[in-house]
Amino acid sequence: MKRRQLLQSAAVMAAGAMLPRSAWANKAADTLNVPLTFGIENIDRYYNSVVDGGILARHIWDTLIYRDPVTFAYKPALATAWRWTDDKTLEFDLRQGVKFHNGDDFSADDVIFTLNFVSNPANKATGQDNVNFIEKAEKLSDYKVRVQLKHSFPPALEYVSGEWPIYPGKYYERVGPRGMGEKPVGTGPYRVVSLVPSREFVLERFDEHYKDSPKLEKGGNIPRIKARLLPDMATQVAELLGGGIDWMWYVPADQAEQLAQMPNLTVVNEEVFRTGSLVIDATGRSGVPALKDKRVRKAIAYAINRQEMIDNLVKGKSKRLDVPCYPTQFGCNAAKAVVYDFNVQKAKDLMKEAGFADGFSVDMYAWRSREWSEAIVAYLAAIGIRVNLQQMDYFAIRDLMRSGKTPITFIDDGYYRLNDSATIWQRFFAKAPDDQAHDDEVKAWVEAAARINDPAKRQEFYDRIIAKVTDEAYWAPLFTFSTNYAFTKDLAFTPNIDEMPRWYNARWT
Amino acid sequence: MARYLVQRLLLALGVIVFVSALTFALTEATVDPALAVAGEGATEEAIQQIRRQYGFDRPLVERYLGWLGGIASGDLGESYRMRRPVADIIGEHLPVTLKLGFLSLAFAILVAIPLGVLAAVRQNTWIDRFALSVSVIGQALPNFLFALLLIIVFGVNLRWLPISGSGTWQHFVMPTIALGYYAMPALMRLTRSGMIEALEADYVRTALAKGLSPGTVVFRHALQNAILPVVSLGAVQFGFMLGGSVIIEVVFGLNGLGYLARESIRRADLPVVQSIVLLISFFYVVLILLADVLNGLLDPRIRSTGA
Repeated sequence: MKRRQLLQSAAVMAAGAMLPRSAWANKAADTLNVPLTFGIENIDRYYNSVVDGGILARHIWDTLIYRDPVTFAYKPALATAWRWTDDKTLEFDLRQGVKFHNGDDFSADDVIFTLNFVSNPANKATGQDNVNFIEKAEKLSDYKVRVQLKHSFPPALEYVSGEWPIYPGKYYERVGPRGMGEKPVGTGPYRVVSLVPSREFVLERFDEHYKDSPKLEKGGNIPRIKARLLPDMATQVAELLGGGIDWMWYVPADQAEQLAQMPNLTVVNEEVFRTGSLVIDATGRSGVPALKDKRVRKAIAYAINRQEMIDNLVKGKSKRLDVPCYPTQFGCNAAKAVVYDFNVQKAKDLMKEAGFADGFSVDMYAWRSREWSEAIVAYLAAIGIRVNLQQMDYFAIRDLMRSGKTPITFIDDGYYRLNDSATIWQRFFAKAPDDQAHDDEVKAWVEAAARINDPAKRQEFYDRIIAKVTDEAYWAPLFTFSTNYAFTKDLAFTPNIDEMPRWYNARWT
Repeated sequence: MARYLVQRLLLALGVIVFVSALTFALTEATVDPALAVAGEGATEEAIQQIRRQYGFDRPLVERYLGWLGGIASGDLGESYRMRRPVADIIGEHLPVTLKLGFLSLAFAILVAIPLGVLAAVRQNTWIDRFALSVSVIGQALPNFLFALLLIIVFGVNLRWLPISGSGTWQHFVMPTIALGYYAMPALMRLTRSGMIEALEADYVRTALAKGLSPGTVVFRHALQNAILPVVSLGAVQFGFMLGGSVIIEVVFGLNGLGYLARESIRRADLPVVQSIVLLISFFYVVLILLADVLNGLLDPRIRSTGA
């Protein structure tokens, strides 16, 4: 990774000298060229779970309600109004006069077919947890639907506004997920004019996109978007410098500083809806009994200088994190957290008290920046914990973690951009496969909170959860993430905190 | 010749079956596909349901035989990740990799053989040393580094060639050179050593003594003998290019079989991984078989001994 990063920097430096003479052809062609880091084999959103798939889906399809990326407030989209009629029932009044890209009129039939199809386990939708709480969708009239949930599910509107794109029912019934992947049809502000699965998607502005769409509140005037697979960051940088693409993100901090020197490029940093934390196996399943001791886990939390990591390695708008959730999420009340300020002496005292004055050896698994991982290795070495760093691919670590084989895991998660901490507690503290704490009391609170819709009562449970989880130091929360966006100066682009670039709001300057 | 061919075919079939069994056992033993299929945040119940639904709870041998039976009837199964037939997915990715492999091998051969011959004919001169230097650099330089250097020079600075993608023939120029250059040194060195040995042989001295021109002796007599091991190595190199082009595909944004294999391994999409490994091993076996047959045709001693 380091060698590759050095080379990327070399590429930037070497290429940068030649840049002033470059002419950006994409503006003239009225086409915004953007990279996809991951291959999207099937653009049908219910059948892929990659971030890039979610970004394109928001251009092609609409959801019933829209979540404002700045305020996180819900706004009317395909539904003009919605209401909970009881803890398990949602009703939606649908917008009239909306057209799909193929000319079909949008109505209740489209909503009920889409939701009933994808929530049927036999149809094997990929992101099951996005839809598996739907009991059924019913038509009340041509423009009114009722969605019955299997159980009380307070964060449901987060899913409705993010991960429930609505498809044309008749068309979807005829072509299925495969056909939708080959020829996508939605109501979104862009329609797909050509695609090669996992390689290239060409989108064209859909001029019949319904007026009053919240997606167009902030304008946007680019007729075509061409998104193509460029998995290698160095190649993305080279393409940006060479004029092959107009925009990229997740530029590493060191390269962002260099790209910012280029006269034709704009570099912007924005915090994103993603947190990084150390997850500690408190159950002993991974064969490190020392971690079962609360004092050892607390020592780990005290040993890490989060601010130093942010200032020197993570950089940008990242912020120190004291809770195992993203601060804007419902229920994420940092005031209830036990805070671990950097204190090596206190950490050493706790280690001694726990009988580990001479330290111990432990494996730490990480998939993100090796530099970050190595910093943590150094911090833990200072209190005698000898960390054997296992830097490997995310999917490999996820499976090991679920099998109880990872004593310490440096995780990061965007939680599907759901602005409700329920998703974290359910996944990591309710004895689901990712739970490394196995705390019965916390599990009971998580389950109790999941059964009630009253925000104040839910908050009470989440306060208790945060207090206990941080006191037990099941996790050592580290920082929120930020990302660097780099794009041509010809482009006006505003990044959002929810890690969902909205190219439909971009425009040429 | 017929006996020789039958022997080789049976051996090839045995290798393919063995590789298929090994691949299936290794992939199934190392990952739990139910976890991958279940996705993020899945409950234990959901994972168990997937295990039953997909048949992951059946014995390994039963699943292997079912898979093998499917292959025999032309069904490679369905991708866990993409919910599409594996054959279709591989069919979409294979052409890019085949094209890149053919072009890279052609590039490697077109550079390696003339350079090897020249180095042998002008042994211990600056030409020889130049050829060996080119070869050493090719072996020492990691192909992703060489690929990046090509991109910086020809893509970013000079802007002669497109940096990534596969839309036109120009898109394949840099990947071909980057991948071909990696395969070239071995071919060049083998050509050179074979030619040096051949040029010192009695029949070459005899041919020169009979008054044949040096060009005729080099190309018609010496090269024909020196080329035999190069043919075998070329076949192996082509197999390597099909299976080992993943880095080049990633760097140049070519979504071929290598990239598909990488993504499928990452996400434990076992039907795709198993089919790709089987396909690559099939290519290897066929290429080696063809090389054996070609060697047999070029050298009667091989086909008569069946060696």
